Amino acid sequence: TAKRLSSTSHSSVDSKEMKKFQLFADKWWDEEGEYSALHSMNDIRVPFIRDTLLSMSSNYHLGNPLSGVKILDVGCGGGLLSEPLGRLGASVTGIDPLEDNIRTADQHKSFDPVLAKRIQYKTSSLEEIVEESMETFDVIVASEVVEHVADLEMFIKCCSQVLKPEGSLFITTINRTQLSYVLGIVVAEKIIGIVPEGTHEWEKFVTPEELERLLESNGFSVKTVNGMLYNPLSGSWSWMGSTSVNYAMHAVKSGARGQPSLTNALSEVESEQPSATSGTAV
Amino acid sequence: LGHDIHFHDKKIALLEAGPRKEYDRMPDSYSNRVSSVSPGSATLLSSFGAWDHVCSLRLKPFRRMQVWDACSEAMIVFEKDDLDDMGYIVENDVIMSALTKQLDAVADRVEVFYESRAVGYTWPLPSHSSDTSPWVQIQLADGRRLQTKLLIGADGHNSVVRKKAEIKNIEHQYDQSAVVATLHLSEATDNNVAWQRFLPTGPIALLPLSDTASSLVWSTSHEHASELLSMDEESFVDSINSAFWSNVNHSDFIDTAGAMFRSAISLLKPSGTAARQLPPSVARVDPESRAMFPLGMGHATEYVQHRVALIGDAAHRVHPLAGQGVNLGFGDIACLAHHLSAAAFNGSDLGSLKHLLKFETERQRHNVSLIAAIDVLKRLYSTRLAPLVLLRTWGLQATNALPPVK
Repeated sequence: TAKRLSSTSHSSVDSKEMKKFQLFADKWWDEEGEYSALHSMNDIRVPFIRDTLLSMSSNYHLGNPLSGVKILDVGCGGGLLSEPLGRLGASVTGIDPLEDNIRTADQHKSFDPVLAKRIQYKTSSLEEIVEESMETFDVIVASEVVEHVADLEMFIKCCSQVLKPEGSLFITTINRTQLSYVLGIVVAEKIIGIVPEGTHEWEKFVTPEELERLLESNGFSVKTVNGMLYNPLSGSWSWMGSTSVNYAMHAVKSGARGQPSLTNALSEVESEQPSATSGTAV
Repeated sequence: LGHDIHFHDKKIALLEAGPRKEYDRMPDSYSNRVSSVSPGSATLLSSFGAWDHVCSLRLKPFRRMQVWDACSEAMIVFEKDDLDDMGYIVENDVIMSALTKQLDAVADRVEVFYESRAVGYTWPLPSHSSDTSPWVQIQLADGRRLQTKLLIGADGHNSVVRKKAEIKNIEHQYDQSAVVATLHLSEATDNNVAWQRFLPTGPIALLPLSDTASSLVWSTSHEHASELLSMDEESFVDSINSAFWSNVNHSDFIDTAGAMFRSAISLLKPSGTAARQLPPSVARVDPESRAMFPLGMGHATEYVQHRVALIGDAAHRVHPLAGQGVNLGFGDIACLAHHLSAAAFNGSDLGSLKHLLKFETERQRHNVSLIAAIDVLKRLYSTRLAPLVLLRTWGLQATNALPPVK
């Protein structure tokens, strides 16, 4: 079981986890290297984020679909997900507690004049930016991160704080099942080696039920849960009916009370006319 | 790509060695460089508004194609059941003008550098954590430098992009040149048939341009091609007519064998033999319209590399006998554009091998068999040897009778 150092008990960052990633800090952008599975995950997680956001908005241009959207990429690593989101028009802030990761990410985006302006990277944990970023972001993306954090509930609370009301939270992670132990650790790490050995600890995997419970009790409403599967032969990801190995989740932060929002306005109108609308549940 | 919605905020540069070509009206005489555009290619051109310009300039649809052998009576006829157009004969200048107009329409996204040449390419290093730019650097003849995430080589069968990228090319020079010319027919006719006759020296084709004019594409030996170019116009016209009408290459043996096979087919499949039509006769040739160019075959072993893609003749070169060269290129374009559009909508780096390989696989699967078939046909029809003539005679007759094979 993971031993948590007492000095980080108030942080969601686990320094043991950080050491694992230190080793591969400059390998992020080798598409055939240690992170190849994360590169190919873009083929399903980017369309998932893009299409979910487009379906919630009525005003967008297909040539620049995420224009005007402010996204926080938590645990951005080398920027593998930040860059495609930036190319689709979003303003992305990528944070990662490991300085070497941020350095790699900054260097990689510097060659592209468009991305250099759209993406900002910071060496930071989530808690550290809460103070200055209350309700700043339209979207938070935490992809392949929650299985590495020390205190998941605090992580989610912080997400809620920096997210605007009705903002979206996208999480991709690994389920804690027998199947995910066999495929995600034994096969992926020890046998085929598509994930560097020791990257994941099965005990820290989060089941979708636990994640959903934590989200719903912290002001989120879970909208979508989809299972994902990696095919090591083709090197590609696909959606799967079952969430028993990997899954993606989309949740929306509820509109705060007092904040004008369409659903709130409607329910207020209804509650003012109790006699006219007898027995209608609000 | 400039007209693709997912490319809305991308920047494209087009390096063109030639001058800008735009026509509001075509000159009275026809150009001697024409292409046979398939309906699929026409669809591609209309998808971004270029086909309308082609139609408003000039083109000639054809409904039927008759292909026959000089050494026997064997013949095959292609036509669509529903009397739709089989294809269109379009002057290359017309296509260029239509494309120029549509490029102008997206000038904010596509910048065309006319009369420009690239003199040097710097390829990105494979290492991803280097300090040098991971993009392709291009040096132009006039000293300007460009950098790009994806370099598309569409620079013909002697592609410099392909050579500089060190992509191996399987190539073979045919001992043939093609002679082109603009011809005027003896009498006006409903000129909607494309004619091709396989002579032992090479195929001769007549492609309709109008009711009174046709374009010649005659593939023959280098010596004969030079002769054709230097002889006087009357002799030239006589040669053409004789090539289409003369039966000097027939032998009794082949004719009898062919006739036997044909009666066998008409017993089994009454509709399997069609009446042979006679091609129009030629009266004169447009002065100055005779030209020749050497023929060869080529296929690049790879169509793509990191940040590089080859399309059209840069990737594959075929004999004109099937009229497919330009259509293969248009097919490459439709496929590459489709994959790049999807990649752009996914926020991918456009030069990434992942989607480039999908393009390569799709096109190689389609192209290789066609390119091989054209090469085989060229060799099969380059001989007078009886066994091969018999083989191709029967083969052609059988193919003509069997719709699925056709």
